[in-house]
Amino acid sequence: MLKIGKIHEGFVLDHIKAGKSLSIYHHLQLDKKDCTVAMIMNAKSEKMGKKDILKVECDIEEMDMDVLAVIDHNITVNVIKDGEIVAKKELVLPKEIRNIYKCKNPRCISSIEQELPQIFVLDEKKEIYRCKYCEEKTRQEL
Amino acid sequence: MRHLMSPLDFSVEELDRLFDLANDIEKNREKYSHACVGKKLATCFYEPSTRTRLSFESAMLSLGGEVLGFSDAASSSAAKGESVSDTIRMISCYSDICAMRHPKEGAPMVASTHSRIPVINAGDGGHQHPTQTLTDLLTIRSLKGRLSDFTIGLCGDLKFGRTVHSLINALSRYDNIKFVFVSPEELRIPEYIIDNLKEKNIPYEEVISLEEVMPKLDLLYMTRVQRERFFNEEDYVRLKDFYILNKEKMVLAKDDMLVLHPLPRVNEISVEVDDDPRAVYFKQVQYGVYVRMALILTLLEIDTTKL
Repeated sequence: MLKIGKIHEGFVLDHIKAGKSLSIYHHLQLDKKDCTVAMIMNAKSEKMGKKDILKVECDIEEMDMDVLAVIDHNITVNVIKDGEIVAKKELVLPKEIRNIYKCKNPRCISSIEQELPQIFVLDEKKEIYRCKYCEEKTRQEL
Repeated sequence: MRHLMSPLDFSVEELDRLFDLANDIEKNREKYSHACVGKKLATCFYEPSTRTRLSFESAMLSLGGEVLGFSDAASSSAAKGESVSDTIRMISCYSDICAMRHPKEGAPMVASTHSRIPVINAGDGGHQHPTQTLTDLLTIRSLKGRLSDFTIGLCGDLKFGRTVHSLINALSRYDNIKFVFVSPEELRIPEYIIDNLKEKNIPYEEVISLEEVMPKLDLLYMTRVQRERFFNEEDYVRLKDFYILNKEKMVLAKDDMLVLHPLPRVNEISVEVDDDPRAVYFKQVQYGVYVRMALILTLLEIDTTKL
């Protein structure tokens, strides 16, 4: 099996749905940050069959955990300090997200007024996001 | 400052107070005739809706206030490309309260976030039309004396009918309501509404024939079945008469059943039913004015105890 070494300080995202890590890499804007990233794809997992893992060497405070929660709040976030796991961060779906999804409802006011921020509000019962303006639920996957 | 975007913006207790005020207005028109002197209502209608606009204007005029506005987008700055948020900033300088109708869903909500005056959603596309729902509730409460313990039949286009969906949501907050959905297969009530009812353990049934359920209804809410909603002409011809309310069907109904309709009706209620005392759809129009008067007073925070 492919071996990737420990990271000293940063975080490890485990239990990513297989094939999703590249999307997470882009949504967390890791390409724009000065940090080392290891992406492990299609690793064997007892729980999931196959999974992806992301190891990122940077301060966790710099990361937008809201986006991560929206992509998949079942991802495990391990915080690493001095090469050891010091904490596990729980991902909570944010109540409101801005400019991540775009409303696809052609009857929505945001379809004609381009300057409006794309705001989606969490429907907590159903764990789905609805457009703040027209309440249409989003079906987009990040 | 409060706005009205959805009928559920008001709690059941707040609705009770609103309806009490509307009923007081009904009984004492004169007392309220100067309540809004010096106040202006702007009716910003980006698409024509004569009945709703006139109802709002009538409500404000009956309160002694004045009205200004536009009745279609072509005669507003929207035709020049002005955004809703810019328009409402301007309207906020011209008036004290605004009723907005817009073909795009969420437009009044966008307006409310940039407004210095209360905004009332007077209908936004297929999304919400809260003052219609308030009208329906006030009509039922005034004529039946309660908003609980009913079997209500909703008949016609239950798939696309915005007023039907809002009314179901609003009535779901009251006790012991049973829904009977009467529609052709093609126009059945959407699944998400059924799911909501199941979640709250609210009883419902879905039927195709109006006649078979008429005897058990306390209320019948009629809507229009439009020809263009059907996949083929044959189905339309086969089913359309099922949903025309006439004298024969009214014979099957309880003596105190009420027939409501959001209007305009086309042919789904035969004119011969109009004289039946149980047909209250024209009274409903009058209640629409009373509830809008009560709403204007409430949102303008006018102290009605001093009138």
